[in-house]
Amino acid sequence: MAKLHVATTINGEPMEFLCDPGQSLLDALRGTLGLTGTKEGCGTGDCGACSITLDGRLVCSCLMLAAEAEGREIATIEGMAAGEDLHPLQQKFLEMAALQCGICTPGMLIAARNLLERNPDPTETEVRFWLAGNLCRCTGYDKIVRAVMETAEEMRGAAR
Amino acid sequence: MTDTRYLAPQTLDEAVGAFAAAAGAARILAGGTDLLVQMRAGLLRPGLIIDIKKIEEMTAIVEEPDGGFRVGAAVSGAALAEHPRFGQVWPGVLEAVNLIGSTQVQGRASPGGNLCNASPAGDSVPAMIAAGAVVTVQGPNGRRQMPVEAVPAGPGRTNLTPGEILVSFALPARPKGSGDAYLRMIPRTEMDIAVVGVGVSLTIQGGTVTAARVGLGAVAPTVLLVADAADALIGSKLDDAALEAAAAACRAACRPIDDKRGTIVYRTKVAGVLLKRTVAIAAERAGRA
Ligand SMILES: Cc1cc2nc3c(=O)[nH]c(=O)nc-3n(C[C@H](O)[C@H](O)[C@H](O)COP(=O)(O)OP(=O)(O)OC[C@H]3O[C@@H](n4cnc5c(N)ncnc54)[C@H](O)[C@@H]3O)c2cc1C
Ligand code: FES
Ligand code: FES
Repeated sequence: MAKLHVATTINGEPMEFLCDPGQSLLDALRGTLGLTGTKEGCGTGDCGACSITLDGRLVCSCLMLAAEAEGREIATIEGMAAGEDLHPLQQKFLEMAALQCGICTPGMLIAARNLLERNPDPTETEVRFWLAGNLCRCTGYDKIVRAVMETAEEMRGAAR
Repeated sequence: MTDTRYLAPQTLDEAVGAFAAAAGAARILAGGTDLLVQMRAGLLRPGLIIDIKKIEEMTAIVEEPDGGFRVGAAVSGAALAEHPRFGQVWPGVLEAVNLIGSTQVQGRASPGGNLCNASPAGDSVPAMIAAGAVVTVQGPNGRRQMPVEAVPAGPGRTNLTPGEILVSFALPARPKGSGDAYLRMIPRTEMDIAVVGVGVSLTIQGGTVTAARVGLGAVAPTVLLVADAADALIGSKLDDAALEAAAAACRAACRPIDDKRGTIVYRTKVAGVLLKRTVAIAAERAGRA
């Protein structure tokens, strides 16, 4: 099968890879590129474990072809911490035990960061609706929602 | 495994040419939130995937000089929500489009994909029908227009002819005193498939309904335009008798399936209830417009 050549930007770095035309971006990230931080839960858009941003827009990487990444900007969980410095959301998730098994966590973090970039002061209802496409089988969601709310408050404080 | 090819043309002519030449082996890719799921489930193995999102007209949202809107078939729900004016003029259409899936799905899912996927429960379709939206379609024989309600042919089937691509939705200018709304009934509160969906668009002048359209989803093999319901509303002051007549028309239009989400009796009853609730919201919005 003829492979496609894709030139894209991932976490700020130019990247090139080959993919099959019908291959999902999730597959290319985890397989070809070895970026296994992005998780696969369902492969059908239901669980959000594969969440990434595409030109700043939150999407499921399982519902997107790798070929569609050509010329676009992708952000994955691997780009969230700056070296050893965790993103405030990552730090807060740890402090508040907003994760147990961790499979939903990269998707939750990417989705939550995207929310706070758009809306630094979300209500609890807004957080819950924004994260409705991110399923978690462990935490019962409450700790996650509270961690996002607290991070938002801290980040607003820091920005002042 | 058969080979799949991927094409992302910049022009509609190129896309139509490739789509027609592939004669049934090709699939159009808009947001992919239906297509990729179907491919993964093994229901489809297209020989050619034609990504239409690089074609400018497909992702444009244009407010026309006369006040109408033209929405590209591949515009995502998230992009439509960010438009500064669209949701003010067509709040019902926007809320219907924005009900499709999660935030992530909204980043990709398009009204064109929702219509062409031809699910009887597609959420944006009843609202588009109520809005009186007309689609432009381009194929090997040129362009044509059709009302949204003429597009679905049955579950998973449309009346587009081979090689035709849906280009855009045209929504008419709004007279003063107009409002629209969409409501669906789902067993959960989020992320579910409609058991019934109702779209209503009204124009009210001096307290009397002068124009109305009603779209009804998930209760028949295709989403329906219910002209009898609209007729019951037009000329009325939305009194109880008119509302009950419109609700009865919606119930009469139902030819639903019986499944775990809703029995025939339940879906039929809910169609009437939802009609009344949706009218109330559309009327309230019309009063403010
Ligand atoms: C988790 C999840 C939740 C969902 N929830 C809902 C929901 O609540 N309500 C709902 O209605 N739907 C829902 N859907 C289904 C889906 O998201 C919608 O139908 C969506 O609008 C499809 O749009 P798309 O752009 O992704 O279509 P695509 O998947 O790109 O296309 C869908 C079909 O239409 C064809 N097509 C697309 N564009 C064109 C065009 N311009 N011309 C001709 N053919 C075309 C494609 O070939 C394909 O067969 C959900 C899906 C997922 C994965
Ligand atoms: S793996 Fe993509 S949404 Fe579940
Ligand atoms: S922590 Fe296990 S699924 Fe969320």
